[in-house]
Amino acid sequence: MIDLFIIPLLKIAIVLNATLVGVTYMVLLERKVIAWAQSRLGPMRVGPHGILQPVADALKLMIKEDITPVRVDRWVFTAAPIISMVPALIVYAVIPFGPEVTLFGRQVTLYITDINVGLLYVVSVASVGVYGIILAGYASNSKYPLLASLRASAQLISYEVAVTLTLVSVILVAGTLSMVGIVRAQEEAGVWFAFIQPLAFGIFFIGGLAETNRAPFDLPEAEQELTGGFHTEYSGMRFALFFLAEYANVIVVSSVATTLFLGGWLRPFPSVDALAFLDIVPSWTWFLLKSFVFLYVFVWIRATLPRYRYDQLMRLGWKVLIPLAIVNLVVTGFIRLMVL
Amino acid sequence: MGEAIAFYTIAAFVLGFAVMVVSTKDTVHSVLFLVLDFLAVAALYVLLGAEFLAAIQVLVYAGGIVVLYLFVVMLVNLKGFPEENRDPHRRTKLGLGLAAAVVVELGAILAYDYARPVPQLADAAIPVVGNTEEVGWLLYTSYLIPFEIASMLLLVAMIGAIVLAKREL
Amino acid sequence: MITPTHYMLLSAALFMIGVVGVLVRRNIIIIFMSIELILNAVNINLVAFSSQLQHTVGQVFAVFVVAVAAAEAAVGLGIILAFYRNRETVNIDEMNLMRW
Repeated sequence: MIDLFIIPLLKIAIVLNATLVGVTYMVLLERKVIAWAQSRLGPMRVGPHGILQPVADALKLMIKEDITPVRVDRWVFTAAPIISMVPALIVYAVIPFGPEVTLFGRQVTLYITDINVGLLYVVSVASVGVYGIILAGYASNSKYPLLASLRASAQLISYEVAVTLTLVSVILVAGTLSMVGIVRAQEEAGVWFAFIQPLAFGIFFIGGLAETNRAPFDLPEAEQELTGGFHTEYSGMRFALFFLAEYANVIVVSSVATTLFLGGWLRPFPSVDALAFLDIVPSWTWFLLKSFVFLYVFVWIRATLPRYRYDQLMRLGWKVLIPLAIVNLVVTGFIRLMVL
Repeated sequence: MGEAIAFYTIAAFVLGFAVMVVSTKDTVHSVLFLVLDFLAVAALYVLLGAEFLAAIQVLVYAGGIVVLYLFVVMLVNLKGFPEENRDPHRRTKLGLGLAAAVVVELGAILAYDYARPVPQLADAAIPVVGNTEEVGWLLYTSYLIPFEIASMLLLVAMIGAIVLAKREL
Repeated sequence: MITPTHYMLLSAALFMIGVVGVLVRRNIIIIFMSIELILNAVNINLVAFSSQLQHTVGQVFAVFVVAVAAAEAAVGLGIILAFYRNRETVNIDEMNLMRW
């Protein structure tokens, strides 16, 4: 009974809360890092060095007036931010933060569940996340958001193909679809998949940037283009939900990249025994550290690179990344068949 | 027992959403009910132990095909209801006829089941290999030729769709 | 408890809802979506029997049905778009160019 209900519920509560807090602090991280990249300090007023800034942001968005334009489709208008947020949160059901540990005398696994089609689940949930954007633009009953949402969703579904192909290469190397199985395969191989599949890693990262509408692929939501993109007509808590959904997606992409390419909960060089002293650091801390590195790189790239134009973006997705991903897949399959 | 509750709940959702798909006036709402219907059918596949097919259902049907429908609906962008009915009684006659056909068909299934009851779904033996591997084995060994033909069909369909939707060749 | 008969009944009901949608509605996009419902009903039947006979062939067949449905949806929607650009309608009562 306890094992069937209480422990998973506790895990879900912890993971969801940690994710939501992480998402709000990601906002602060972004503002701070971009500020430092631009030789200024970022938010400094609220709390010491601006630590409490996310609290102020959340309060502000919650007390803002919730404007609903006339003649919108009420149900769809309300549902679109929710449809955007939910896929970003439910992916955490399969992401492994660590192996089994002993807590209070019980063997507890540090992941909510491990289904044997875990990676396929992640991809399918990500493909449902497109609906939030399409419906937001449609429900706003206005030209600019509609066009922006069509652009954004076209961008998302284009890069989905490249990302899925790279994930297939990872599956080929790991031999299993379950996320825990992939980390264990990296443990057995003794080296992170980022070194075995560097091209897949690169394509996954670039595709992840495009999938989450992050710079330099954030044309659909840039303020200078199409007056703010698909969430123009949203205000108050609904806009906050879109905003948070984007950052939640960024954290999800970081977590999935960590699990697939950077060894999940494994310490660096898991096969080198001389570094066994690093085992003092618990497994989930390694996971969080690696995810944090990804988050930092995401923000760093935003602060550094200029924006892609839409046709350049689509050209990159279809004419560069997909052929590269296919070539990677073919070569991986060939090596796996002939050599290993 | 738990399986029975799950089956009846999911079946109610599947049929409920299907009825909404067919009867809603607004096309976009219809498409959204279709997505929910496909997700419910995916839950049904998980109940039956076909996890790979459930993931494919969500990935391809709900995440691909219905997005395509939504794009087309928005490009066609009809605010009015384009359904004019020439014969206002035609629908009723047709509907009653079809309902009678439904009743006959369901009755036939039930009668056949009463005459020769189908054994219960066999408990899934502890799988040696996962569901995905089994499907993969069959796809790549016994059914390789249909697999290749399906991939050629998809290629042809892709080219055809692009040619049809282009403004000028 | 839950025999394949239950799944057959569900599949038959879903099939008939799809057929009703094809025959009664006039909007061609909704007709296409009803066809997808029909294909799903067939898939449910296939998977239910695959589970009962413990042979994965049913699921393989269902995968092919999904692939064919995707191809058909793409081409069908392309046709609808091309027609809409010429005739500005999606009511199938007005798609009668090839009638006598």
